[in-house]
Amino acid sequence: MTAAVSIRGLEKRYASVHALQGIDLEIAEGEFFALLGPNGAGKTTLISILAGLTRASAGSAEIMGYDVLHKSRHARRNLGVVPQELIFDPFFSVREMLRFQSGYFGLRDNDAWIDEILDNLALTDKANTNTRLLSGGMKRRVLVAQALVHKPPVIVLDEPTAGVDVELRQTLWAFIRRLNRQGHTILLTTHYLEEAEALCNRVAMLKAGRVVALDHTANLLHSGDERRLEITLAPADQLPAILLPRLVKQEGSLHVLRLLDYADLEGILTTLRTSGVAVVGMNLRQIDLEEVFIRIMGQESDA
Amino acid sequence: MSGFPMLLRKEILRFWKVAFQTVMAPVLNALLYLLIFSHVLEAHVQVYPGIGYTAFLIPGLVMMSALQNAFANSSSSLIQSKITGNIVFVLLPPLSELEFFGAYLIAAIVRGLVVGVGVWLVGMVFIDPGLAHPIWALVFAILASAAFGAIGIVAGIWADKFDHLAGVQNFVILPLTFLSGVFYSIHSLSPFWQSVSHLNPVFYMIDGFRYGFHGISDVSPWHSLAVILPCTLLICLLSLQLLRSGYKLRT
Repeated sequence: MTAAVSIRGLEKRYASVHALQGIDLEIAEGEFFALLGPNGAGKTTLISILAGLTRASAGSAEIMGYDVLHKSRHARRNLGVVPQELIFDPFFSVREMLRFQSGYFGLRDNDAWIDEILDNLALTDKANTNTRLLSGGMKRRVLVAQALVHKPPVIVLDEPTAGVDVELRQTLWAFIRRLNRQGHTILLTTHYLEEAEALCNRVAMLKAGRVVALDHTANLLHSGDERRLEITLAPADQLPAILLPRLVKQEGSLHVLRLLDYADLEGILTTLRTSGVAVVGMNLRQIDLEEVFIRIMGQESDA
Repeated sequence: MSGFPMLLRKEILRFWKVAFQTVMAPVLNALLYLLIFSHVLEAHVQVYPGIGYTAFLIPGLVMMSALQNAFANSSSSLIQSKITGNIVFVLLPPLSELEFFGAYLIAAIVRGLVVGVGVWLVGMVFIDPGLAHPIWALVFAILASAAFGAIGIVAGIWADKFDHLAGVQNFVILPLTFLSGVFYSIHSLSPFWQSVSHLNPVFYMIDGFRYGFHGISDVSPWHSLAVILPCTLLICLLSLQLLRSGYKLRT
């Protein structure tokens, strides 16, 4: 089967920066894939190369089997990109922009699908508004709409939820999820790791132009039996000193403790009881993607 | 189906939606030139026998306005899109460089011709300059607008900010057009400046265009065509090549 996205030995050098230092990545059709990494890791450069906006210094990239440079027309027809910047064309309304975009992809009479996109993105009542007059969150949704006019098999979203409020974020993800269920491959970059954790079946982490982790989200989260115990202490109480080595994170009176396995739990509870601190809340959970991310990024810089 | 017709449509709508600035303003500009120069010179200057100065001036102003606006259309569209970032809207779709070039070029020609016709109609209010050979007039108008539209594409791709574009406009486009015989016949110049004028391609655009109106010109329209046609093709090829190279657009 053809991979939706196939990247081999991809490098990008700018005058003073080696932005991508040999990326190999294969994304299968139908995946919901997250590309994570700190600012400057090369995520946007990678996406720009897939979109044909930037040319690679070495290596190759294919969209649905079409080389982005040598078969660019086919590659672009199969790709929808939601850019990170909040760009818009101040001359035209939402509907005009969507009709133009449809036309650029060679589609005429695309209004039925345009209406469906507008509806799903809660933009119907703004269809005839000039894009210049929209709020940031609406501009973002127009960008999503523009990327979808040609029903691309592969959809790339570069930080699509930055600046979008919670309710609309839910609407947006519900729509993207449905597209994914219908068979569209989704490639997502985001700084909200909980989004990636909830949505994506596979994750690649990028750091300084290299892939430093690539696995199924579940595998990353279940690496080992490590768990987290969140305890909220009464405001006046301190965490017993003996538990300090387990402390992962503290926010006010909420303490997150490392739990190597369930057997650890008994010892911790005993310590808490004997030290006489008042526990007002307690929650046991898996480690989350944010912790995995921070650990992997930390390991790399130690190496 | 190709994306070219839609890109062309968008490029034409882009200037038409703000026609007040992109069409009315340059027509008013030309009208001011016409009022001032014809007031000062009508009684004193006769370039060709039997043709008054105002009648002589009108085709020059039409051509000057057409090519300045052809340049302005493609260059300002590109620089605006680059600066606001929405150039990606036309870089992401499967449009070939030729389609991209064709849409920007034809929109520039359309703007040039619309403004040119506007100036001509306003001029007609004062005096009918005649139209001895309409085909010649049209051929030169299209070729000249194409050449300047293509220069506008090159300038729009090259420029990183509006200042750069203003530089090209003030130091290249304006002197080339003003010193091309819009306001005078080069026969009134000293032999030295006459030969300098013969090196300016815009001189042939205006001279050939004028032939279309008056049936008289400084050089034969065939001669002008022989100069303009290769010039236009050359600048178009250069512009297309620049697009194909991805220069500043696909880094």
